[in-house]
Amino acid sequence: MKFGVLRFPGSCDEVDALGAARRVADAELLWHGDRDLKGADAIVVPGGFSYGDYLRAGAIARFAPVMESVIDFAEDGGLVLGICNGFQVLCEARLLPGALLGNANRRFTFRQVGLEVLNSGGSFTQGCALGQRLSIPAKHSWGRYHADEETLAVMDRAGQIVLRYADGENFNGSVHGIAGVSNERGNVFGLMPHPEHAVDGLMGGSTDGLKIFESMRLTVEGAHV
Amino acid sequence: MSEDPGVAMAGPATVSGIASAQPALEDALALGLTRAEYELVCEKQGGAPNQVELAMYSLLWSEHCAYKHSKKLLRTLPTDGKYVVMGPGENAGAVDVGNGQVCAFKVESHNHPSAVEPFQGAATGVGGILRDIFAIGARPIAVLDSLRFGEPSGTRARYLLDGAVRGIGHYGNSIGVPTIGGEVYFEGPYEQNCLINAMALGLGEREKLVRSAAAGSGNTLVLFGARTGRDGIGGASVLASAELGEADSGEDKRPTVQVGDPFEEKKLLECSLELLERGLIVALQDLGAAGLTSSAAEMASKGEVGIDLDVAKIPLREPDMEPFEVMVSESQERMLCVVEPANVGAVIALCEKWEVNSAAIGTVTETGRMRVFDGDELVGDMPVRALVDDCPLYDLRPEKPAAPIYAPPEATLAKNASPREALLALLASPNIASRRPLFEQYDAIVQSRTVRRPEQADAAVLALADGSGLAVSIDCNGRRVAADPYRGTIEAALECAANLACVGAEPLGTTNNLNYGNPEKAHIAWQLTESVRGLGDACRALEAPIVGGNVSLYNEGATAGPIYPTPVVGMVGRLPDVRRAGRLGFVRAGDAVALVGPFAPSLVASELAKLRGEALPDGLPELALDAVIAAQAAVRDAVRAGACASVHDIAEGGLAVALAECCLERGLGAEIEVDGPAWEASLFGEGPGGFVVSGGEDALRALGERTPVLTIGTVGGDALRISLPAETTLSTTLTELKDAHGALAELFR
Amino acid sequence: MRARVLIRPKVGILDPQGEAVQRALPALGFAGVTNVHVGRLVELDVEDPAQLESMCERLLANPLVEDYEIVLAG
Repeated sequence: MKFGVLRFPGSCDEVDALGAARRVADAELLWHGDRDLKGADAIVVPGGFSYGDYLRAGAIARFAPVMESVIDFAEDGGLVLGICNGFQVLCEARLLPGALLGNANRRFTFRQVGLEVLNSGGSFTQGCALGQRLSIPAKHSWGRYHADEETLAVMDRAGQIVLRYADGENFNGSVHGIAGVSNERGNVFGLMPHPEHAVDGLMGGSTDGLKIFESMRLTVEGAHV
Repeated sequence: MSEDPGVAMAGPATVSGIASAQPALEDALALGLTRAEYELVCEKQGGAPNQVELAMYSLLWSEHCAYKHSKKLLRTLPTDGKYVVMGPGENAGAVDVGNGQVCAFKVESHNHPSAVEPFQGAATGVGGILRDIFAIGARPIAVLDSLRFGEPSGTRARYLLDGAVRGIGHYGNSIGVPTIGGEVYFEGPYEQNCLINAMALGLGEREKLVRSAAAGSGNTLVLFGARTGRDGIGGASVLASAELGEADSGEDKRPTVQVGDPFEEKKLLECSLELLERGLIVALQDLGAAGLTSSAAEMASKGEVGIDLDVAKIPLREPDMEPFEVMVSESQERMLCVVEPANVGAVIALCEKWEVNSAAIGTVTETGRMRVFDGDELVGDMPVRALVDDCPLYDLRPEKPAAPIYAPPEATLAKNASPREALLALLASPNIASRRPLFEQYDAIVQSRTVRRPEQADAAVLALADGSGLAVSIDCNGRRVAADPYRGTIEAALECAANLACVGAEPLGTTNNLNYGNPEKAHIAWQLTESVRGLGDACRALEAPIVGGNVSLYNEGATAGPIYPTPVVGMVGRLPDVRRAGRLGFVRAGDAVALVGPFAPSLVASELAKLRGEALPDGLPELALDAVIAAQAAVRDAVRAGACASVHDIAEGGLAVALAECCLERGLGAEIEVDGPAWEASLFGEGPGGFVVSGGEDALRALGERTPVLTIGTVGGDALRISLPAETTLSTTLTELKDAHGALAELFR
Repeated sequence: MRARVLIRPKVGILDPQGEAVQRALPALGFAGVTNVHVGRLVELDVEDPAQLESMCERLLANPLVEDYEIVLAG
């Protein structure tokens, strides 16, 4: 299995995502200007400041040539993981519902946060238990998730609300404490915290992020827990 | 590719050239040259310099570029060592870290711009130091910040603090370099002159490091990066032709503030590293203070060559820029390289790939002269030696002040406060309280190397590919240096080394940023001279040579006095097994707690003395330098052996504060006993050479064979209880400690 | 033709920047200020102003959470 990790001008955590993905399967960087996904079985849209976060975070990256292929890939059911800036890109590209706004505390905030798994049956969390608490670092200034009440109700019924911040940990003011969502079909998933930075006990003590990459591998290889 | 220069440069109102704008002595004085310096310039030029030439001399001969008052002193510092690969004089220094790799590092200041605009001042300070790192071919891997402001009870200090932290976060986070550590102090003398120092580290391959000396007559100079605008020209505006000032609607086109763009720098970084990787360039230099003037001149001077430059070829952001403005602009995110003519096409093409502007702007010559052209017109012609090497250097005339220079701090704690009240007041005081509200604004983990995040250990720790680790600390207590510039500076270096020892690291090398007032005043000259003497002695004793640094002088206002003398020291070390990196917090109930090292605490110049409003003393207690260094080595080895559960250096606030910090890190209390008549000094006194270590009795006994070890208590419970003589107990719950320690949060609401 | 696009957060969405400005003004002595919102301005020279709406919908604004106003200069 091979992960394709996108790289835009201004991406920061793409190398970290590459390293995390390589703990679980093969992985390769995909340049923004190139439409070829190089046979990737799953796509990771990484964190960082693509195009300097100019205009709006993710607003310009969503139109990159590689994103045209990613959109087709997603429409064909391919797995797409968006982390932080990647989540922003996927929302801008309308592959995920809702939008990310500026943190309620108006500051960039880096903090190890506790996340609750609300949906453990999906392609990205099948390695987790329902209600399990994951410890994963978040670091962003535009992470406040927003969707209108109608959309949220639909998402809730369809099991699209996958992760929420544990009580007291929602520093960015996301509606209903939402930290990660999927599309209706369940093949596209975005989250603000960085699972690629929770894969090595030596760096921060938690390997909970590995579960997401593992789940993706299990999905692609057709295994079900 | 370069813009069509014709449109940018022509225009009847702005024709400049040797004939049209002839500055005189008054202009030279307004630009900061002395009369004697101006006359020397005239002598070197064989006549009065023209507009372009005067602008360039005034910058290159400024204190900031030429180190007129410090260079002779700096030459006394130790710069050789077994790990040194690149010493002072290049864009950054570098030390060997094994496996053919080097760690490049340096600290720099951006004090004056930050006082004007703290966000951009601090941001561009980070941008500048990062460029110094990749200018030698190393990939930046970390930033640390060292900040000083007035007391945070004042709105100005809070405004500067907020802006600076946002600016550092903005730049470092956006460019993808983690900010892994730092320090901040709040003291009255910094009220009018804040200090913003930024340190950066990079990793590179020893064989691929690049120097900045221009070489090869006939080689091409290529400028790449952002377009050039009027950023930072402010001071040189006296030279502008009158027409430019009148022509527009009064809009000031010459901002003093440089605006940074981390996205541009990220592209520049990748482009520079790829240019080096592909072996396309001969020499590389970043553009910092004094922009193209200093970069080109320094490259020429190091290479002992000449340079011909054509300002008309430079990609501009603003129309109608005069040649002197182009030469003096401090627009950010630009680099200058020397390229063999055959490679110029490839260089330009690579810049295009990274969406970075580039232009061939000049040639290396054998003339030994710096010649500036505007198209075909020669607008400036100076000998390189005169510009860079012949700037006069001054001897300082140090004299110890007869009377105190600094007012005593305001008292905020009653003299008869109980030990409990004193501890809580110290924990809540701005110099000691948790820095979490600051460092949470920084990404400390991007690039996946960070093994010890802020507040987890005394030094930041990064993992290297071979399982070893890099440790780094940046320290200086300016108030203690003010009390005793010689000993206080030694203490700063010892503090760095102690922090490295706490994580198991051995020092490899040192960088320093000397922040002082006006060196032409005898008492400041004394502070500077004594500090450099102390720094030299400490670095020699620690075998941690200076590999580079920076000097910032004239940090004093007309009404305000000088800042505390603040020799910020940054030290990099290595530990063999990063899995054994030490941590500062107590780990297990039942572990013994010991005071380790030749700790001789004194309340003199301590934080407690500050809270009590005591005036600075004249001199600090003597240091047992060798014993302190031996203790550091013993602690370092114990950490490497995995013998200790936790290790924490005793610094501001003394033993009591250190114990509180050990309890707070993982939420474990302790029962401690402090004995003897001088218990107040034992609790709150400061000085080098003390560590709080927890672990098994056997481990502590082994340590005791190399350095003094005194068991003082046991880890456990949910309170910190220190029993003192005369049936007194200092007792605080962990919650009370945490609340006090969180005092800085309200500065960032 | 010169166009200005003013982009602001949709009514009802938390605007912490607007709130921060609204809190800061009284501290400087300006009373009677309410309903502050902070947005973005994009200025551009366009040959075909009819395209502006589509530019806003696709790139300049995020219609999910922002409203925009197009102002054409003479």
